[in-house]
Amino acid sequence: MISALFQYQFLQNALAAGLLSSIVCGIIGVIVIEKKLVMLSGGIAHTSYGGVGLGYLLGFEPILGAFLFAVGGALAIGKISRRKTTHSDVVIGLFWSFGMALGILFVALTPGYPPDMTSYLFGNILSVTRGDLLLMACLTVLVLAAVAVFYDTWKAYLFDEEFAAVTGVNTERLNYLLLVLVAMTVVVLIRVVGIILVLALLTAPAAVAGLLTNSFGRRICYSIFFGAVFCLAGLWLSYTLNIASGACIVILSAVSYLIVYGLRGREQGRVS
Amino acid sequence: MTAEPGQKVVEISHVTVRYGAFTALHDVSLDVTQGEYLGIIGPNGGGKTTLLRSILGLVPISGGSISICGKAPGKTGMLVGYVPQFANIDRSFPVTVREVVLTGRLTRSRLPFHRYSGADRAAADAALQEVGIGELASRQISGLSGGEFQRMLVARALAENPKILLLDEPTASVDAKSRRQIYDLLGELNRKMTILLVTHDMMAVSSRVHRLACLNGGLVYHGEPELDRNTVDALYGCPVDLIAHGVPHRVLKTHGEDR
Repeated sequence: MISALFQYQFLQNALAAGLLSSIVCGIIGVIVIEKKLVMLSGGIAHTSYGGVGLGYLLGFEPILGAFLFAVGGALAIGKISRRKTTHSDVVIGLFWSFGMALGILFVALTPGYPPDMTSYLFGNILSVTRGDLLLMACLTVLVLAAVAVFYDTWKAYLFDEEFAAVTGVNTERLNYLLLVLVAMTVVVLIRVVGIILVLALLTAPAAVAGLLTNSFGRRICYSIFFGAVFCLAGLWLSYTLNIASGACIVILSAVSYLIVYGLRGREQGRVS
Repeated sequence: MTAEPGQKVVEISHVTVRYGAFTALHDVSLDVTQGEYLGIIGPNGGGKTTLLRSILGLVPISGGSISICGKAPGKTGMLVGYVPQFANIDRSFPVTVREVVLTGRLTRSRLPFHRYSGADRAAADAALQEVGIGELASRQISGLSGGEFQRMLVARALAENPKILLLDEPTASVDAKSRRQIYDLLGELNRKMTILLVTHDMMAVSSRVHRLACLNGGLVYHGEPELDRNTVDALYGCPVDLIAHGVPHRVLKTHGEDR
């Protein structure tokens, strides 16, 4: 595969896509797990399917549609669940299916042969184009900047939102910003693992890192590292076995988490 | 901003707080003077925490006004230190004790690329010394006992050198020894700052605080920390055994300390 890597543009793109997505899912994954927003992230991911469908229907780039729907869905879920009258999981569940349904509707309305949606649903890292890569790179830089620039504020907000508000942090704005960052992350990951499998790549690297270190900063670094390992190993598997990349990456992530979890459990069992 | 003893630092007048159709606080008026140690007691749902949160600007008030040294709630900057109920905080969060206390210094600067300064670190370590857990500064918070965790939260509130300290049930989930240590600490802190303490703990109420406010929707009682049977009945709606220490009624009646 190494020689093929120098030869083929699509493999270079795939490699770059894998590395970009491990950076965003490393950072945002740790935050999502600490803030218990895993299901919300799933809701945002599935909402974006509506945007993919709309892109096909109106003839613009589907990933742009996914981006618009993901950000719109994130803000809407945030807005509705901010009012304490509704449980956020109800809103998340509704958006989850509503987005998918809209996608199906839009695709059905698209004239001519129905487009192949599997690469959006399950990801295909080997078909990432230059354009996709450009969008992914922009989003990664934005996410990285948003977290790095306000790192201390994020940490205070994640640990104790109420206290952060008392010290004058605008936690409501930060909340919305976080939702938008999650939406951006989801869009980056869609080309790699697909809408349906996003959750595994978002959570597994951060969860493995969480088992191994107790420092917030180190957790992010480990998480990026594991994300990169899962993506690249998954890419290699996908290339050699000719299986969908999303499935390979997700299976690797989940199995790795279970192995580390089991090993940690045995270690702690021995200590106590 | 340096308030003289006896000067009003918190003025609460005719405050009403509603959550939707539910009225949590009704027409509460209360002044707190500089150097005072006020205990706020009352049954669950009586509005104790709501009162504290409205002073902090975390809950919008539906009527009346609150002023803290002439400033509106939420606009007080470094004047007010806050110690929340720690049941609401994730104790497995990956962060060290010092890092938590440093977040109390965040008010000084929230500019992009903010980094805590050497002065911030020194203030955080001094606050940790003050509450007696200076040696735990580099420890992960998941390794703290309940009492240590609570004292860390007090240190975080002290990191800004506030004039007023608000505490919400600081002894709710700590053992008896830590509880006594926390009250000793608050007594010590009261020499230099005003303290508002929300608590269920009658022992604290009796032996430490200067004044008592009893909330049950409205303000049932405000004054010397000696409750009679009628007030307590009005407060809790039914006769309550006031005490823990053996002799009924004793805790609230016979403390001989001079103040």
